[in-house]
Amino acid sequence: MDSFSPLPALIGGALIGLASAVLWLGNGRIAGISGIFGQLLPPARTVVWRLVFLAALVLGALGASWLIPGLGVGGAGGSPAQLASPPPGWNVPAPLWIAISGLLIGFGTKIGNGCTSGHGVCGIARLSKRSFVAVGVFFSVAILTVTLTGIV
Amino acid sequence: MAANLRLPYLATAALSGLLFGAGLYVSQMVDPLKVLRFLDFTAIPSGGWDPSLAFVIVPAIAVMFIAVRIGRRRQAPQFDPQFHEPEFHHIDAPLLVGAALFGVGWGMSGICPGPAIALIAFWPDNLLIFLVALFAGSYAGALVIPSGRDKRLALAR
Repeated sequence: MDSFSPLPALIGGALIGLASAVLWLGNGRIAGISGIFGQLLPPARTVVWRLVFLAALVLGALGASWLIPGLGVGGAGGSPAQLASPPPGWNVPAPLWIAISGLLIGFGTKIGNGCTSGHGVCGIARLSKRSFVAVGVFFSVAILTVTLTGIV
Repeated sequence: MAANLRLPYLATAALSGLLFGAGLYVSQMVDPLKVLRFLDFTAIPSGGWDPSLAFVIVPAIAVMFIAVRIGRRRQAPQFDPQFHEPEFHHIDAPLLVGAALFGVGWGMSGICPGPAIALIAFWPDNLLIFLVALFAGSYAGALVIPSGRDKRLALAR
């Protein structure tokens, strides 16, 4: 339990909720990250605001790491960010493992119309039946994947 | 000029992105290993489980829930003629298969799309490979789901 951090988690979560609220009440858009970048590809129609949002997302993480250094990963006072290594004993090169993960996430969120933010935050808040089902499925499958691969 | 190219609209998108990125850093959901420690339920009996992710998503949903209630009493958002509420309601195969494949990928790396983009700020090794694969997967997904919004709607409405 040594890595459990309830207060930063609650504050960070409220910021994510606020971000979603601003985009919804301001522009009438769902702050679903897979949807925002997924529709940058052809036949893209609304590119500019999506690029602005994604650039700001990166700057927001960077800026927060300067303002509040040392919360964990990231920034000058933090530890370097690391991606997960393949599970021990699987003998898969790390870049291949990461590439397969990325392909599955890109493909799955595209055909499933959303990810942790679009379904998980916005969809649940809208009481969308599809989002409740999607969240139940992807959390269960992710927990099962971690258990079966023994990656942690 | 289209509503979505005006300055207040783009400023709203920028503010939302900044808050979102800050929230991902403050909550440390930018750390894929921390996310994996949440997904590792086998660590619950030993006390090694990290429940942080649940403490992130609950207040996020609560704040957004209030915003959705406020929005329901309005005709339109501030800077756009309409709320772009998803029109899909039917639980269909692409939703279930897509969510399951996303779950496998998420469990393999602990990275979901928001943190994937936010991590550009901290640039870990292999992130570029992940991002290229993410876009390639998304593009491939667009090729297999019924092309055109109308056909997708006919399936999932």
